[in-house]
Amino acid sequence: MEKTPTNHSRRSFLKTSVLAGGGLMISFSWLPKFASAGNAHALDLPELQWNEITGYIKITPDNIIKILNPNPEFGQNVMTSLPMMVAEELDIDWQKVVVEMGPHDNVKLGPQFTGGSNSIRMYWKPLREAGAAARSMLIEAAAQTWGVPAEEITTKEGILYHEKSGKSGTYGSVAAKAASLPIPKGIKLNNAKQFNVVRHSKKNVEGVKIVTGKPLFGMDYTTEGMLIAMIEHPPAFGMKLTSFDATETLKMPGIKDVFRQQLYPDGYEQAGFDTRTFNELLVVVGNTTWEVMNARKKLKVNWEPIADTKEVIAGRGGKKEVVVPAGLESSNVQMAKMIEQAKKPAQQLRKDGDPETAFKNAATIIERTYTAPFLAHNCMEPMNFFAHVTDDQALVIGPHQAPGWIEPTLSKILNLPADKIEIRMARMGGGFGLRAYGHYVTEAALISRKVKAPVKLVYSREDDMTYGIYRPMYTATYRAALDANKNLIAFHVKGGGIPESPIHANRFPAGAVDNYLAESWELPTNITIGAFRAPRSNFNAAAEQSFLDELAEAMGKDPIDFRLELLKRAKENPVGKNNEYDADRYAGVLKLVKEKSGWKNPANNKYSRGVAAYFCHNSYAAHVVDVVKKDGQPYVERVFSAMDCGIVINPDAATNMVQGAVVDGIGNALYGRLSHKDGMAEQNNFTRYRMIRMREAPKKIEVHFVENDIDPTGLGEPPFPPIFGAVANAIYKNTGKRVYNQPYMDALNSTPKAGF
Amino acid sequence: MATYELTINGKQYKVDADPSTPVLWILRDHLDMVGTKFGCGLAQCGACTIHLGDMATRSCVLPVSSIGNQEITTIEGLSDTGDHPVQKAWVDLDVAQCGYCQAGQIMTAAALLKRNKNPSDEEIASAMDGNICRCGTYLRIKAAVKTAAASL
Repeated sequence: MEKTPTNHSRRSFLKTSVLAGGGLMISFSWLPKFASAGNAHALDLPELQWNEITGYIKITPDNIIKILNPNPEFGQNVMTSLPMMVAEELDIDWQKVVVEMGPHDNVKLGPQFTGGSNSIRMYWKPLREAGAAARSMLIEAAAQTWGVPAEEITTKEGILYHEKSGKSGTYGSVAAKAASLPIPKGIKLNNAKQFNVVRHSKKNVEGVKIVTGKPLFGMDYTTEGMLIAMIEHPPAFGMKLTSFDATETLKMPGIKDVFRQQLYPDGYEQAGFDTRTFNELLVVVGNTTWEVMNARKKLKVNWEPIADTKEVIAGRGGKKEVVVPAGLESSNVQMAKMIEQAKKPAQQLRKDGDPETAFKNAATIIERTYTAPFLAHNCMEPMNFFAHVTDDQALVIGPHQAPGWIEPTLSKILNLPADKIEIRMARMGGGFGLRAYGHYVTEAALISRKVKAPVKLVYSREDDMTYGIYRPMYTATYRAALDANKNLIAFHVKGGGIPESPIHANRFPAGAVDNYLAESWELPTNITIGAFRAPRSNFNAAAEQSFLDELAEAMGKDPIDFRLELLKRAKENPVGKNNEYDADRYAGVLKLVKEKSGWKNPANNKYSRGVAAYFCHNSYAAHVVDVVKKDGQPYVERVFSAMDCGIVINPDAATNMVQGAVVDGIGNALYGRLSHKDGMAEQNNFTRYRMIRMREAPKKIEVHFVENDIDPTGLGEPPFPPIFGAVANAIYKNTGKRVYNQPYMDALNSTPKAGF
Repeated sequence: MATYELTINGKQYKVDADPSTPVLWILRDHLDMVGTKFGCGLAQCGACTIHLGDMATRSCVLPVSSIGNQEITTIEGLSDTGDHPVQKAWVDLDVAQCGYCQAGQIMTAAALLKRNKNPSDEEIASAMDGNICRCGTYLRIKAAVKTAAASL
């Protein structure tokens, strides 16, 4: 194998963009800096002879070692942490590694999906195996070259040694031979207790590029002859395009075209992440972003209400026909509908024991209802994508969490075979679940094909915030039955939402209570929803953990001790068989946060303290939130966090992630809301959508990880949900007021709004 | 359309653009300097922060016609090799998550430290409050401002 095999037709297709200096993931100019901080000689990278040892690992004869990161980066630091797992087994000097975003190639680079807090988990074994296999191939190549037994060869940081003969050589010196050897399987992997790279903090490999403003993001991509496109979408959900007059728009400088474009053909069967809000697009194409933004204002457009619309969606749980209801929806009406629906019979998800009788015999019943609004993801980088589609091929470049999901959609919509579609992954300016949906990729591709030019589709902030694919609206009513001795004898949760239910029936406290009932319902809407950091969990943890706090108080128990008692029961004598969580690990984070926060230490009495814990994405999180009064309002001044996500790959970056999740959670709990009036989003920019800012962020967030050798699990999402509950519980201690409806600031302001 | 002569990062540029064009889009679309980010278009998030003279300024609402002979500095020109004390502190503390807002954060912080070499917590919060970080890296941003201040 001489050079890395390259698809030459694609290569020539890409040439223009590379030469135009807009190269994004293959912008060669920065790579030499990366090769080594102390070895900044200029490398003419395109001329380098990369020997591909495995799909993830390439080595030059000069011993430059490149690791391809398979998964899209949206701030969770996979560009660093995934290659660390390769390096752990390959035995190389981390400082000299070149890390590059890999191409979309599910055969060589695995699932390539960012979401569900799954990146580390899904690649934990394959990447270490790739590193170990490559090292073994390099040893074998050296053994053949030197004529010595492979077993006698050792490695250290990219160098091979044969002690008896005194021979040594770099990985690079045998890389060409190694690349021709078969990839071995079943190589023994390093012991977790002796990791050299994993478990040692490494800086973000793109840190320098980020602070110097290098073109990393989809929004930064440019190429010769590229046009800018924007889409004018209906002003409200439940509306569609009727007709338009673009006369004035087309007179504006720099404007090339205005046209109508249908996104999905009639009868198109949507895949699970093909969610889109508006199917009829009104597209404005021009030379520069500002010209297109200005020209849009001159459009004269007529919109009309939609009728009930049938759509076929093949998502989780198979193919189903969904009716998107007509109507211009308003949040206060939706809230009233949810409250009405909650009174009606619902679908039973789980039942243990005899909850009806237990509630009948209860000495005390505590019942509380919680609600939450739609939330917008508000990624800092608005949605955008570059596309260059010709009759026989497509190149799309930009921010997307799931290239393997968008490829079949593009293939169907563009009627091109998958191997004629190249998807290149840009660093994402946030994702939070929204960028798992690919409508804007397909939109960009169709626009490019129509105008026969390379196009970058750009959403304004207003487009981004009012488009939809929000966190759903949720509500849940929790009931607890206590006997005369204040023992918990039954637990009931009935929850629903617009348009999906949040309820996870088999999570704590299921398994810890003899008589348990979980019920669920859903109401349709034409407002599109989607995954938002820890879907469903991000509401459940707010509601359930607030309720458990109130329950502990009613039972006269400490809120941590109460949870630990329930978990003890769930461990020793679990109710039911299908309990998703490990009671020991759940208790572990509570015990750790109790210790680290000095939960009962009188020195902390000046704080109003709230606790919450949650299990999701295979990991466990607990927080203690310390609130004080600042300017007459509760302020989260400190947070102590305890996490159990198994082995922590990159401790400092993991700490950053948890700190960020805490801040994100506080912000959304206090301020997050996307509401509607007659189908129109009432917030369309940061003027009206309040985001947490530095002043409202805690002064200190102390993060502690449970130390164990369990295979790593999720971290991006798990710390987020329980922050909501911990904040609510601390607010109660601070103000004497329980908050039930998000965003909590409504209740803290003097005149709360009706509903939310 | 009009022609503007701009001094950006110490170099002269000539651009033809509509007078209303915000400096953000002059940089990004006309001059291919994309370190300055588009976030909101309404001076609400700070992602587009540049220096106009020594002042941190939101370039998304700054018409090119208003610049005159004032000098513009962008993230690309803050230092030659990424070694401005603020940039170094950002790397040392590994501040960024997604990184999209950080150029704006850094430009705001650098302007603050130019006029106040030893800002208090309150002064930092006051200066930085217009810059949103959706990933929630505010603690590290604040710590990095202090680290940079200490190195001045």
